[in-house]
Amino acid sequence: MAIVVVEVMPKKELLDPAGQAVLGALKRMTFPECKAVRVGKRFELHVEGQVSDELLSQAEEAARGLLANETIEDVVSVRVEADLA
Amino acid sequence: MRIGVVVFPGSLDDGDAVRAIGLAGGTAVKIWHESRDIEDIDALVLPGGFSFGDYLRCGAIAARSPIMSEVVHQAKKGLPVLGICNGFQILLESGLLPGGLIRNRDGRFICRDQKLKVENTSNVWTSKFSESQEITIPLKSGEGGFIAGTESLKKIEGEGLVTLRYSRSNPNGSSLDIAGISDRSGRIMGLMPHPEHAVELGFGPDVDEAMKSGQDGLTMFRSAVEMLAHA
Repeated sequence: MAIVVVEVMPKKELLDPAGQAVLGALKRMTFPECKAVRVGKRFELHVEGQVSDELLSQAEEAARGLLANETIEDVVSVRVEADLA
Repeated sequence: MRIGVVVFPGSLDDGDAVRAIGLAGGTAVKIWHESRDIEDIDALVLPGGFSFGDYLRCGAIAARSPIMSEVVHQAKKGLPVLGICNGFQILLESGLLPGGLIRNRDGRFICRDQKLKVENTSNVWTSKFSESQEITIPLKSGEGGFIAGTESLKKIEGEGLVTLRYSRSNPNGSSLDIAGISDRSGRIMGLMPHPEHAVELGFGPDVDEAMKSGQDGLTMFRSAVEMLAHA
């Protein structure tokens, strides 16, 4: 079993109200040094066996077509991770 | 005049949309999202709510549901479509309208009677308003911040696609105060405020004349019903 990890972040130039809300809480709590927070998403796509180049490009297509909306978000990473479980 | 209202799992305002269409003189038909049959309708409403629990992104999963490929197909052939709130998010996710919607600037869910300015009346859904008319329509959304790339925004503004703008104040950080846009044909329109909640005395938004008496939303549904009757 392998895992294709897809990471999606809100576009840098856009406001990230979720990140700002978390930043506010962090500053009040244990991490006042924090200057900025951005909140993104991590998807784990589980597949049987080895991940071929073709499968990886299918995952990239899925990342751009569904997992991210490229008007407001960027796909920052599509990579294979071994399932250690 | 048959106007379809698509019902997704998690749709919330489909009943209000049905009622609004009836009050405007049309016949409303509810259509379940797994159906592909939208042949016998004259227009379509994608209602507000939280389709598929807003999982992934608001409207993202609904935009890929069976009925939407047929909606996109028919809309491109000229079927008038109105997307309200979550329906607007679905129209953007399905690529029928340009841009995107992100969380409100202040991070809060907003529920209020919102003043809007009508910017474009050469549109199926706004034809009975007058240019620059100020109207009051309830706004209730957490992710209503309209955004688009610089070039796309220029195009939206330059081609007169802005149909409604927030008036007096911008509640959610939307670019160019945009509350609603249409496509170039003027048949497909999406907006964040809820016209279906402003259709009946006693149940509408507060306006200067009297409390709970705003009916500006009804004008939007009447616009479509009358325009389609004359088509």
